[in-house]
Amino acid sequence: MDQGSHVAIQSEAMISLRNLRVSYGQREILHGISFDVMRGETLVILGGSGSGKSTLLRTLVGLERPDSGEIWLKGKNLAAISESEMDEIRKKIGMSFQGGALFGSMTVGENVALPLREHTKLEDSTIEIILRLKLGQVGLSGFESYMPSQLSGGMRKRAAVARALAMDPEILFFDEPSAGLDPIIAAGVDELILDLKKAFHMTIIVVTHELASAFLIADRIVLIDKGNVIATGAREEMRSSTHPRVRQFLDRIAEPEVSQELDYLQMLTEDNRPGR
Amino acid sequence: MELAKQIGGSVTDGLAYLGALASLGGRAAYFAFVGPFAGKPLRLQRAISQAMQAGVRALPILSLITFFIGLILALQSAYELRKFGALNYVASAVAISMTRELGPLITAIVVIGRSGSAFAAEIGTMKVTEEIDALETMAINPIHFLVTPKFLAMMVMLPCLTIWANSMGVLGGALFGVAQADFTWVRYIQASLDALFLRDIVTGLIKSVMFGITITAVGCHEGLSTGAGAEQVGRSTTRAVVVSIFLVILVDLIFTALFFFVSER
Repeated sequence: MDQGSHVAIQSEAMISLRNLRVSYGQREILHGISFDVMRGETLVILGGSGSGKSTLLRTLVGLERPDSGEIWLKGKNLAAISESEMDEIRKKIGMSFQGGALFGSMTVGENVALPLREHTKLEDSTIEIILRLKLGQVGLSGFESYMPSQLSGGMRKRAAVARALAMDPEILFFDEPSAGLDPIIAAGVDELILDLKKAFHMTIIVVTHELASAFLIADRIVLIDKGNVIATGAREEMRSSTHPRVRQFLDRIAEPEVSQELDYLQMLTEDNRPGR
Repeated sequence: MELAKQIGGSVTDGLAYLGALASLGGRAAYFAFVGPFAGKPLRLQRAISQAMQAGVRALPILSLITFFIGLILALQSAYELRKFGALNYVASAVAISMTRELGPLITAIVVIGRSGSAFAAEIGTMKVTEEIDALETMAINPIHFLVTPKFLAMMVMLPCLTIWANSMGVLGGALFGVAQADFTWVRYIQASLDALFLRDIVTGLIKSVMFGITITAVGCHEGLSTGAGAEQVGRSTTRAVVVSIFLVILVDLIFTALFFFVSER
């Protein structure tokens, strides 16, 4: 049984990125990203603040349009499809946002049920059952009628995962799953990601800057720095890498400030707000 | 030269802003009128709850304000009319200025304060907390989900509120008429009705529908263009109120002029 997690990882690519370039206004954030995500694997996109990892995730789920390059998913190039085709793809992916992004005016139950109500013709009683199931999977049984504001940060994140799971997605995306959580709660969320992988053999893509979390959940890690992929590989390969930037990141060596001066100036003078 | 450049810049910005509003309105209208036939059902439930919030809950404050406005109008017109011993014209003065102008306008101002700002704050907060992004990743169009119900609610509720505001204004005027100008309640209201043409009421209502569209477009647009960070929500809300008031007055001017020149013939 011990090879269980390995069986799930087949050599078939679920998502393929080819020379992906993304900009906000004049500023190019991603300078030609290429890598594959295999079916059933957990891939962690690791990178520091401002490395472009969140932009990459937003592009993968269709919130940003790339300038050039290709994103192949289920035989379609997401960079070149129409909005309605993209919506069909979106129904098969789940996304858990950094702060949960639960709708504050709806209960936890209504939040999780929303995609089902929108996209399926299921009876209310069936939706009710799926809802209980999904909340059970993330350890929130019995919290249907709570408002998101009544939940703690960790619970909110779990509720968001339940909502992302509602449509039984083939790919699950996580944006900074441990951001803003204390180490114990964050470990709980890591545990949840591992459980989901074991239970559903889902393809999971996690964006984070937390080293401990990355090395715990990842099958493979992609390290991004200043909009470029500087290393990809399994956990062990990353640990034994000799690439100076990789070592710097993994060993948490502070940036020598002088070399950053120009970058900092550029950052100040250009519009580089993410998510705009 | 510098001045001309600045004026040109502001005009371009203003036109771009109006274009953005029109584009938002157009997309919302698509989901209201075309969507239902393309397998995207209307969200009546959400529209009704918006209508409750923007319309029914506004009644107490709107009643109070327009009652006072009616009373003020009566006092102001009486100030001039009594010089000619024509106090019995107070009823028609109040009725006409309420229905043609102040009813729709005051209603719009109250609704901007209550709902236009709330739209910007609600949508702006959702933008900041990534809820808008979440809707998109769930393949739910935010315009369809959030904006169209608000448009429908406002286009229905503003004329309704305006009719209510007109009546309250007339009642406010009647208080003065009965207390100071030898009217009875029934005679005052009869005099008001006699002074009004259907045209006065209808032009007021057409304006109120346009105000509803303007307020919703500005509130939702400001919400959707909120930047990152909580303080941006405050900025959007303020801008929504200021821009709405300005545009409502502008729309008022355009339509009043239009009705003036059309009725001339």
